[in-house]
Order: sequence, then structure tokens, then C-alpha cells
Amino acid sequence: MISVLVRIADTHSTPQAPTWVRLAELGAAVLFILALKGLSSPKSARRGNLLGALGAGIATIIIFFYGSGFYPNGIKNLPFILVAIAVGSIIGWVAAKRVQMTQMPQMVALFNGVGGGAAAVVSVVEFSASSGESKSALAATVFTVLVGSVSFSGSILTFMKLQELMTSRPVVLPAGRYVTSLAALATVASAVLLVINPTNTLLYALLGLSLVMGLLLVLPVGGADVPIVISLLNAFTGLSVAASGYVLGNTLLIVAGTLVGASGTLLTRLMAAAMGRPLTNTLFGAFTAKATTASGKAEDRPVKSASPDDVAIMLSYARKVIIVPGYGLAVAQAQNTIRELVELLTAKGIQVDYAIHPVAGRMPGHMNVLLAEANVPYDQLKEMDEINPEFPEADVALVVGANDVVNPAARDDKTAPIYGMPILNVDQAQQVVFLKRSMRPGFAGIENELLFDPKTSLLFGDAKESLTKVVGAVKNL
Amino acid sequence: MDAISLLTIFILSIFVGIEVVSKVSAVLHTPLMSGANAIHGVVLVGAILVTGQSAQNSLNFYLGLGAIVLAAINMVGGFVVTDRMLEMFKPKTSQKDEA
Repeated sequence: MISVLVRIADTHSTPQAPTWVRLAELGAAVLFILALKGLSSPKSARRGNLLGALGAGIATIIIFFYGSGFYPNGIKNLPFILVAIAVGSIIGWVAAKRVQMTQMPQMVALFNGVGGGAAAVVSVVEFSASSGESKSALAATVFTVLVGSVSFSGSILTFMKLQELMTSRPVVLPAGRYVTSLAALATVASAVLLVINPTNTLLYALLGLSLVMGLLLVLPVGGADVPIVISLLNAFTGLSVAASGYVLGNTLLIVAGTLVGASGTLLTRLMAAAMGRPLTNTLFGAFTAKATTASGKAEDRPVKSASPDDVAIMLSYARKVIIVPGYGLAVAQAQNTIRELVELLTAKGIQVDYAIHPVAGRMPGHMNVLLAEANVPYDQLKEMDEINPEFPEADVALVVGANDVVNPAARDDKTAPIYGMPILNVDQAQQVVFLKRSMRPGFAGIENELLFDPKTSLLFGDAKESLTKVVGAVKNL
Repeated sequence: MDAISLLTIFILSIFVGIEVVSKVSAVLHTPLMSGANAIHGVVLVGAILVTGQSAQNSLNFYLGLGAIVLAAINMVGGFVVTDRMLEMFKPKTSQKDEA
């Protein structure tokens, strides 16, 4: 134990940057803390984000003033570096400005992935450049490369799933568990070997294996578990950035990366708690083989379909309506239409609330962002625990593009893959209306018994078109 | 800076990170994740350092430049996309306030 501590402590004798530069870095670190603090409250969130951007800007600019006291020749190849910064900034700016609100989740996943990739590459380059690294610096290098690469390939795969460049269902490889276990074992083995005997070959082996691990981790994930995975990968990237800060002896990277790692982990745990099961289940199990089998048996049973006029009448003569938005609302860009419908109903004196499931959509708070875009006031958005007791009093529950989060199988069917997940108790409402594109099961691929319930009506079609017709019908009543 | 000091900073940062976001409301989960995502874009600093200092051959130099591009996408894109989300969170109490 003592020898380990000595080995940890005896290195990192890098010369220091000028005092004012280090003070500016401290200022940037404080700005990052204030940014996260600000982002935690609606009033200060936007300012918080700008403070974070300010901190990042300061950190980036002062790096060019490290000067000759810190490194022999300051920053070399300045023109190339400035061009690279400009290229990346423009790509990031344009992508962020152009992306539609519905594509936010995959955009965040993508930005997260490239950050993880950058951290991994930083450590690879530093590894090749330096000789005689201490064991602790080597361990940090290995950690950065491993976690950064997992985050990179995992995030890219998540992006592809959400962008529907590949199937969004859980993908189960034959003997998947064994393949994953074997790959994990090989990854850990190469990581340990690399610390003992640092060679370039081992480093690239670790890099390749870690990329494969990222894919293997995300492939079997589907359904409402995707938000949790994005959040987890975000925390991963943060930690790998912190470790790269350790490799470079840069305190700002350590602070920023650790802040993100810690807050991301907390957010991930909040999400997992909302799903009512431990995080390990999300990653290594429940949504695997069984998930795709449940469908089929129920397909030829009759369902009750309704016309837009039927739905308009049901809604107009209700006293209390609860709207349950899901990913389908986002896909159809129907957030403004639903607000219009709610305004019409409210004007008739009907009490209307939105029931927001914590993992509805494809990332935590997805529905809140979407409805905020459509200027829906906060106080109409009710969280699950608050709204669930109200469903028995609701005359109509209108489910727009949601499925898994209202599936009673999560409560009643012990064999269902989503069993144990808290759901919105839509089945307790007097009448249920589903707006659906088709009878296709949800993201998790599980049949929803509620669709066949006698009190359920279905209005098929694109959510926006259906809602527009319903709005028209309500106006004509 | 010696390793123990770096370790100290690391451990203390964990507690700060957990503490500052512990009271976040569910409404802000997405922007918080996105904002935190932008903050780890400061790996750009590390990318600039290794490219400008450590890269000794052309392969590492180009790898370093690639890392700069990726990190800049992460940082700039992250903050801009978060700002776009938060722009929509203008405080409103009721629809009737809209004119």
C-alpha cells in the first residue's frame, strides 16, 4: 500500500504555467460550477449555460498564453491549430442551429460521442509522445482511452438508433452475453497489461477493443432505456476528460470532467430510479431476447378505431382530460397543434393537464423541452406521481404517440420485459384514446393490452394530421 | 503539481458536482445534461496542448488536429444547442398572459 502511494506521489513534476494563467483557469473552473448550479433552476438556466460558455472560452484562449515558461516553445503549429478550432466550431455551430427540436436527443448523443473520442485521442497522442510515464499516469491514460472510446462508439450507435439509420429495436447477438463477457475480459486484460508493459501495440489493441465494447453495450439497449444510456455515456465522457486532465497535469480538465462525471452519474441514477430498477438491469439484461417475442399473439384481435369527429365529441363533452405525450408527438412535430387543441378545450371550461412520464421520449425531460417550445405553460405539465391519482377522475386520457410508458404490462405481467417500470395509469381513465401511426408496438417491442380494451379507441395516422383534424372538428361542434 | 494534489482536486470535485445538481427539477433534465455535455468540451484545451506540444510525428499531429476538431464540435455545438433549448423556457404562468 505504501509503495503504491509513493509511486503515485513521486511523479508529475511538470513545470507550472504563469500565475495569472493558472488564476484564469481557476476562474474558468468556478464558472463551470456556477453554470451547473444555474442550469439546475429554470430562472437561471440560460444564464448558467452562458456562464459555462464563458468559462470554456476563457479556458481555450488562455491556453495560448502558456508561453515559454511552461513548455519550451509555447504552442507550435499555431495556424493549423487555429484552423482546426475554426472548422470544429463552425461544424458544431451549424449543426446545433439547424437541428430540429425533435432531433435534440441524437444531437446531444453525437456531441457527447465526439467529446469522448477527443479525450481518447488526446491520451493516445500523449502516450506516444512521452516516455517513462509513472504508473499512475499510465493508469489514467488507460482509463481515458478505454472510457473515451466506449463513450465514442456507444454514442455514435445511439445516434444511429435514434436517427433510425439502423433498427431502433434491441439487437441481440447470438450468444451475446458470452461475446460481451469475452470482449470485456479482453479489454480489461489489455488495459492491465498496458499499465505493466506500455507498448504502442497494446495501446491500439485497447483502443480497438474499447470501441467494440461501446457497440456491444449499446446494441441490446432499446425502449425507454435509451435516455438512461445517453445520460450514462455523458458521465463516461466527463470522467475520461478528467482522467486526461490527470495525464496532462491540467487541473481545469480534472475539475470540469469530474463535475460532469459526478452530475451525469446523479442524473443517470435519477433516471434509473424512475424506471424502477437498478442501473445494471438497464445495461445487462431486461430488454434482451424476450423483448421481441411478446408481439404476434395479439395481432389479429379487433381494435376499436375512431374518426376525428368521434374524438372531438369525446373531448368536448368531457369535464377532465389528461394528455399523455410521447415520442410520436415529437416525431410528428405536433407540439403546437396539441397546444392549440388544449387551448380550445380549456376555453370550453374543460380541465386539461399534461401527464409527463420521466422517460417519455428519448431523453430525460424530452417532453418538457418539446412542450416548452410550443409555449405550453409549466403549470399544465404534471409529473407522474402527481397526476397518477387523478386518472380515475379523468373522462378521457388522450395518448399521443406514447406506448411503453402507459403499458399496464409493466404493472401486471411479471413476464414482460418492462415489468416493474412505473407507468402512467392511463387504463384507469373512463375512456382512452390513442393517436397512433400504426399497430406497431413501441420502441421496446412489447404488445400493449390496453389497445384492445373495450374503453380504448384508436385514431390512426400521423399525430399532427390527426390532431389538426380533431382541432377542426372541435371548432365545428 | 503532484499526484496527491490532483487526486484531492478530483475527489473534492466529485462532491461539488453531486451537490450543485442535486436539487435539479425534472423539467431541466435535458438542458442540464446538454449543458454538462458542453462543459466536457473543454477537452479542447487538452487537444490543443498535445497537438501544439507533444505531437512528435505527423501521425500524432494529425490525430491531434482531429481531436481539436471533435472537441470544438462538442464545446461549441453543446453550448449552442443548450441555449436553443433554454430559449424556449421563458417563464410563463398561464396561457392567458399571452397577448
